[in-house]
Amino acid sequence: MRFIAMVRATRVSEAGDMPSEKLLTEMGRFNEELIKAGVLLAAEGLHPSAHGARVRYDGEERSVINGPFAETKELIAGFWLLQCVSLEEAVEWLKRAPNPFEGMPCEVEIRRVFEAEEFDDMLAPKLRAQEERMRATIPQRT
Amino acid sequence: MTATDIHRSIDAVWRMESPRLIAGLARIVRDVGTAEELAQDALVAALEQWPSTGVPRNPGAWLMTTAKHRAIDQLRRRALHRRKEDELTREIEDQLAQTVGDADAMLDDPIGDDLLSLMFTACHPLLSTEARVALTLRLLGGLTTPEIARAFLVPEPTVAQRIVRAKRSLSEAKVPFEVPRGDELSVRLASVLEVIYLIFNEGYAASAGDDWMRPTLCEEAMRLGRVLAGLAPREPEVHGLVALMEIQASRIPARTDAHGDPILLAEQNRARWDQLLIRRGLAALELAEKLGGGEGSYVLQASLAACHARALRVEDTDWACIAMLYDTLARRQPSPVIALNRAVAHAQAFGPQIGLQLVDALRDEPLLRHYHLLPSVRGDLLRRLGRHSEARQEFERAAALTRNTRERALLLQRAQAMSDTAS
Repeated sequence: MRFIAMVRATRVSEAGDMPSEKLLTEMGRFNEELIKAGVLLAAEGLHPSAHGARVRYDGEERSVINGPFAETKELIAGFWLLQCVSLEEAVEWLKRAPNPFEGMPCEVEIRRVFEAEEFDDMLAPKLRAQEERMRATIPQRT
Repeated sequence: MTATDIHRSIDAVWRMESPRLIAGLARIVRDVGTAEELAQDALVAALEQWPSTGVPRNPGAWLMTTAKHRAIDQLRRRALHRRKEDELTREIEDQLAQTVGDADAMLDDPIGDDLLSLMFTACHPLLSTEARVALTLRLLGGLTTPEIARAFLVPEPTVAQRIVRAKRSLSEAKVPFEVPRGDELSVRLASVLEVIYLIFNEGYAASAGDDWMRPTLCEEAMRLGRVLAGLAPREPEVHGLVALMEIQASRIPARTDAHGDPILLAEQNRARWDQLLIRRGLAALELAEKLGGGEGSYVLQASLAACHARALRVEDTDWACIAMLYDTLARRQPSPVIALNRAVAHAQAFGPQIGLQLVDALRDEPLLRHYHLLPSVRGDLLRRLGRHSEARQEFERAAALTRNTRERALLLQRAQAMSDTAS
């Protein structure tokens, strides 16, 4: 199963300050451990929300709100995508990560990613029929 | 944290740490079975102590320290009985003394030789395939015997016995705990790759969803493949196998229908293919090719899988490329089934007449005499050439040969369609 570990933003990440060389080295070492253990699928860091935007949906309405966004602790500054056998394993890995921000508390939130099979179970019959129609339009092998 | 939470954490720590732990211990005691027992003892100690003390900050080092003490105790006890082991005990104690208080250093395996040695030992050609698979899952995947039994649908005692016997065989044959060098390396590496791919296929071949252990096997095999790629980064076939598994796994969401029945590659909804795994697979393949592995068996199979993965729509498939890859594969590993696949690829790339010539060359092949896909493919080519009554005969022959009822129904349907159109 897959887990996403999301690093919550801080004023440092929102200011766009780059991590120190020391932190980068430690983070590199941690990521290397994840790779060596075969659990790392992807990892990315995000630019501050000042360089981002939100699209707001309300019925048919679409409005765009440009960053920065105020509620820093609700924002995401980066993520890891991990393949683990349990939430506990993902937690154990993240406990070994260096503090993503030096000299200040911060949080990493770990959430399980839906697998296609789980989605299948929930897929409403109507949606399934739609999908089968889509599949049927793909030419058969001749 | 409740006791259950702690146990689940210990479980997770065990899976993460046990391969390194067993590998480090095996280097010292030079016996995989003993190393595993020592590691298990340390696990028992953790299960006793951690619920009250909590999981230590560095659980790997804690387990190593504990196992190390047990190792010394055990060797001392043995030495009391057999003085000749004195020397061995002293040697081990010397080794241990150098790293006293620093279990981290003992776990330290900067180039991963211990872990790699453990992989080569668990996959030793001396052992039967089943034993290699079970031992690999147990020692390198941290799976329990009941989990392995569930995954392979065999009784638990059978798996337990396989593992015990395997460890005994390794011990009796005095298999050295090391990474093979020179000419031996490629043979031994092939055995490791075979075991990993077997584990993957065991999970992949099963129809979807009825058992949670099946996806676990695919994931475990992919994880082992990635670990091996890190340990042996210059071996193209390792990257080839990783690429093959990543690309095949990318299709898992699309390869069964709502009833769990398989959907053919050409009919899959490609929007459901996992693009992250495809990207990872293509990157691994590129690496394998850069290392000059273009003609290795896994690299070739991965290249074939990649041709399909790159085609967003089935009609975008680069059949000429696939035909060429099958030419190489047929040359490298001559087999009637590969030859038949090669004929299909050539038919797709260059037309049914070319395909038919290649298929006809296989008609006297004894290994294909009862293989329903031979008449099925031939029937399809004849149909495309407008030779409907011959096509009908082939579809009927194929229907008589297959054991799969759904497939038989489909083939008879196709035969019927031929009689309807035949003049």
